Amino acid sequence: MNFFENIRVAFRGLKSNKLRSALTMLGIIIGVGAVIVMVAIGQGAKASVTNQIQGLGSNLIMVSPGRSNTGGVRGGAGSMSNISMDDVSAIQTNADAVQAVAPVANTQAQVVLGSQNTATQIIGTTPSYAQVRNQPVAMGRFISDKDLKDNAKVAVVGTTVVQDLMGSANANIVGQIIKINRVPFQVIGVLQSKGSSGANNNDDQIIVPLTTAQTRLIGNKSVRTVYVEAKSSDQMNTAYVEIEQILRHRHKLTSSAADDFSITSQTDILSTAEGVTQSLTLLLSGIAAISLLVGGIGIMNIMLVSVTERTREIGIRKAIGAKRRTIMFQFLIEAVVLSALGGLLGILFGFGGSSLLNRFAGMTSQMSASSVVMAFIFSAAIGIIFGVFPAQKASKLDPIEALRYE
Amino acid sequence: MIKLTNIVKIYKTGDIELRALDGVDLSVDKGEFVAIMGPSGSGKSTAMNILGCLDKASAGEYFLDDLKISEASDNQLAEIRNRKIGFVFQSFNLLPRTSALENVELPMLYSGVGARERKEKALKALSAVGLADRVHHKPNELSGGQQQRVAIARSLVNNPLIIMADEPTGNLDSKSSTEIMSIFQQLNEMGISVILVTHEPDIAKFSKRIVHFKDGLIDSDEIVRNRSIAQGARLNLELTNRVEAAGR
Ligand SMILES: Nc1ncnc2c1ncn2[C@@H]1O[C@H](COP(=O)(O)OP(=O)(O)O)[C@@H](O)[C@H]1O
Ligand SMILES: [Mg+2]
Repeated sequence: MNFFENIRVAFRGLKSNKLRSALTMLGIIIGVGAVIVMVAIGQGAKASVTNQIQGLGSNLIMVSPGRSNTGGVRGGAGSMSNISMDDVSAIQTNADAVQAVAPVANTQAQVVLGSQNTATQIIGTTPSYAQVRNQPVAMGRFISDKDLKDNAKVAVVGTTVVQDLMGSANANIVGQIIKINRVPFQVIGVLQSKGSSGANNNDDQIIVPLTTAQTRLIGNKSVRTVYVEAKSSDQMNTAYVEIEQILRHRHKLTSSAADDFSITSQTDILSTAEGVTQSLTLLLSGIAAISLLVGGIGIMNIMLVSVTERTREIGIRKAIGAKRRTIMFQFLIEAVVLSALGGLLGILFGFGGSSLLNRFAGMTSQMSASSVVMAFIFSAAIGIIFGVFPAQKASKLDPIEALRYE
Repeated sequence: MIKLTNIVKIYKTGDIELRALDGVDLSVDKGEFVAIMGPSGSGKSTAMNILGCLDKASAGEYFLDDLKISEASDNQLAEIRNRKIGFVFQSFNLLPRTSALENVELPMLYSGVGARERKEKALKALSAVGLADRVHHKPNELSGGQQQRVAIARSLVNNPLIIMADEPTGNLDSKSSTEIMSIFQQLNEMGISVILVTHEPDIAKFSKRIVHFKDGLIDSDEIVRNRSIAQGARLNLELTNRVEAAGR
């Protein structure tokens, strides 16, 4: 008896009890569907987080003041920064692995245009910020070196700010005079929209020259963060070490003293975030796998019932010459057909489910081919694992007793 | 062809041992037609199950066609049941919800006959027993006599040496019984040995030899003097080479 005939016999067995087969399959359908949707959600979360982190800029390193344990007093937030503009120029000129440097001083401010006003984040920085933070303008121009030298009162605004001040994100704001903390600034450009990442709206900000921000809005010469772009991803580590050495040297730290600044590289953030989303994916697929397991137990249950019900059929088949192996195979294939068919339907449901999530729940779930293949193989394997016991039970039946079974 | 020597079958239920067969010796040659009779509980079915390789004796030797059945493995027994023996039951034992054709194809499925040849042979066997117009009927759409004829067709398709039937007419009316006996007689004429169990003397008279069981032992064994010939439709069946080998 060949394989295809076995499958045909299995299908007949399943067809003769359609409702029961369908209900049994439902367990596997839900399990596989859940695995696929959950993995898609996890993968989607991972992709969007990675995307956002990469959207920060490329080969990005962030240097911020802090960890200043000198004198036993830890500099809290808002305390005077210990990174000076001279430190920034030193990094710019002395670190070979560094491509560009963008110091930032930022503050919250009230912004007014005519009768409209909004509170937003003001970022004082240098022209290289556009490159380092991968933040091009959609309209007008970015701040220039001349603006920086002149303490020019010019501003590049985010689309949310445009929306808040003009009533529409698409309104032409370039050329208008806005008041930031009562200081008039001319709008010279609009930032390209980056969308929001969680609580952090990248479009709700205004960029002004660093010098202007320091003198007109903040009132001191401090630098809150220095964004550094390494020359390439291979040079991230070199850049990191160079920056650390330059700053330690300039801050005159002894070899035993801890850094009085902190350096974070994009790769660090990325790997942390990947770790988090990885555990999320694992957790979700773990839950889904349990439902698949429950589906498998359902199959075993039904197959056991089926073996008992069909004892006489098994007796007849044996009396006519079916070997143990043949009977075993028949029932095993039935279980595998149940679970594999359930797996296929589950994959379809998973497809449907994750595209519904994308469309209506605003999620960015991502189906991966590997999760589909895995889910299918896994469901077929479940058929084998949970089918073996009932199939063995069937194959071991004694023909005489099976024939006598009513 | 068949040789039983001192066959014992003991059933254990709890502490009680029951000697269903208590040392049976029996030989059956090619081309014989044996009826086994005896009171209820005398061990007829037990003996048939052992003869049919469905069950194993507790002790004793059994040779079938020069094979030592008493020492065969489960797989070997399955193969012998499939290729050498056709079994016919009192309760027909057809697969439910399965057409007559597919029921008859079943033994060939297990002996590895290809789909086309399987269908061809099954159709031939069914038309031989007069069921050419019922091949797609399910067992519950057939009368008892028709079901038993399907079962006989099923027992024939692998060209068995011997057909064993345990009370094949037990569930049938006398007209259907005669038809079934007519088929057995014609098959026997073609060289297939037949052993059947019956408690009806009229049915036993269609055989050539009657063996009486009593309390797990053979009580008497005699040739039938004035044998009845069953009136029935001519069997339109050509059996392959094994028939010539059977001679007689
Ligand atoms: N599976 C079994 N377990 C226990 N006792 C059995 C079993 N099968 C048959 N017997 C007993 O063996 C004896 C012979 O039974 P059986 O061969 O069926 O008789 P017959 O067919 O001649 O009526 C009976 O007493 C019966 O009760
Ligand atoms: Mg009996």
